[in-house]
Amino acid sequence: MINVGEILLNLWEGSGFNAIFAGFTSGGWQNLVMIIIACVLLYLGIVKKFEPLLLVGIAFGCLLSNLPLGGLYHQELWTAFMDETSEFYHSYGQVMREGGLLDIFYIGVKTSLYPCLIFMGVGAMTDFGPLLSNPKSLLLGAAAQLGVFVAFFGAVCMGFSGSEAASIGIIGGADGPTAIFLTSRLAPHLLGAIAVAAYSYMALIPLIQPPIMNLLTNPEDRKIKMVQTRVVSKTEKIIFPIVVVIFVALLLPDTAPLIGCLMLGNLFKETGVTDRLSDTVQNALMNIVTILLSTAVGATMVGSTFLTANTLKIVVLGVVAFGISTAGGLLGGNVMCKLTGKKVNPLIGSAGVSAVPMAARVANVQGQKANPSNFLLMHAMGPNVAGVIGSAIAAGFLLSVFG
Amino acid sequence: MMLASSLDSIGILDSLIVALLGYCVVFFGLILLMIVITIMGKVFIAKDKKAAEKAAAAKTVVSAVPVAAAEPAAVAPGSAGKLKLYDVEPKTAAMLMAIVADKMGKPLNELRFISIKEVK
Repeated sequence: MINVGEILLNLWEGSGFNAIFAGFTSGGWQNLVMIIIACVLLYLGIVKKFEPLLLVGIAFGCLLSNLPLGGLYHQELWTAFMDETSEFYHSYGQVMREGGLLDIFYIGVKTSLYPCLIFMGVGAMTDFGPLLSNPKSLLLGAAAQLGVFVAFFGAVCMGFSGSEAASIGIIGGADGPTAIFLTSRLAPHLLGAIAVAAYSYMALIPLIQPPIMNLLTNPEDRKIKMVQTRVVSKTEKIIFPIVVVIFVALLLPDTAPLIGCLMLGNLFKETGVTDRLSDTVQNALMNIVTILLSTAVGATMVGSTFLTANTLKIVVLGVVAFGISTAGGLLGGNVMCKLTGKKVNPLIGSAGVSAVPMAARVANVQGQKANPSNFLLMHAMGPNVAGVIGSAIAAGFLLSVFG
Repeated sequence: MMLASSLDSIGILDSLIVALLGYCVVFFGLILLMIVITIMGKVFIAKDKKAAEKAAAAKTVVSAVPVAAAEPAAVAPGSAGKLKLYDVEPKTAAMLMAIVADKMGKPLNELRFISIKEVK
């Protein structure tokens, strides 16, 4: 006769509950804490709408990889993948043989495929017209990368290695795909913490930036109305991505994957003869890659690497990086305001952090608070898209130094 | 200064140098891009100016007068009044009016054409 008790015992011993509670002191507690963190992130994404398209996937990936015995993600495979002394060093074959579903997803992060495809979608959704009509916006995009390098320096001072500090610093670029691109190359063990910090702070831009904007600009300057810029021709918009990719990729070849995809997406949008491709890149492809990217990044948030003091340090350094980048852009805006005889509203400098279009919207809202008839959105879009290029250049530089 | 992989255990002074250098490189890259875009913009503005001058010259051939300057004569609703054609086929006139409206960037129904004549 079947021993029901034994079957039930086997079922219990083979369950994740047993793995958590029986091995509570040897890692089970970490799984439990990570499950709670995943639920908090799901709450933030679904209820508070913090970048829900990414945060929901990240949180769910985190949840899946921390359910014991699920076999969806194997941290040890990736540790061996990165270990030069291991026989499986850089062996995707081993990952394909032994890996779970999320390990397979993660290959796209590791090879930088997903961040680049996301950048292609971003390019196809971006209008570089405001930047072309006012090229000086590029200076604000550069000024707003200050936080990247200050946070990098701060991270080194706090004991992180050069590669780790570079990955943490890039949070200040306020560009999720760039942060994931750089971190997956330089410090993959920090990927989960950095991605969550970057996307959370991007969602919090309307809360983080306004106090800094009020602190670093005077009320009179915030009222400045900017004159309408010239209309940019279609031909200019078509030539722009080609010129950018040539100049930037020649200057910093390490930025070529990101800038190349960004500009290819933009070229699809502007040519007028590739509408189908542009539509696919903006919608279907973007959505598919977002699902794969977010769950794969979330899967890297395993207790053993996430529940460390370093994660707290990254959270602190991330907000410092965001704040200083905003301040850098505003200081650039103030300088430009003075040099142009108050023709430039310094608020648009804050949009130099590349969170498109959130940062530009915040600049517009703050401008309208100072002067309800002020419309800064299109003027702020120039520095905003310049920030995307700027953070890609910053990432390329850090990659060329530490890669 | 150390380089690449050996920079993993970077010192504070070296990190300060890397940070400053990185910020300068970002500025350099974007300033370079700004110069290129500015030159590109100037070329296109000059080109547009030339095109506008050519369009203005073409206007002397086809006299287009805004509605405000139109004759006060009563016309049927929706009608833009009468158009006098001198040695011009109606088809050619229609095409010319469409071109003028396109070049001026105004809808055809907001323009009033008094006459069209061929300059020989």
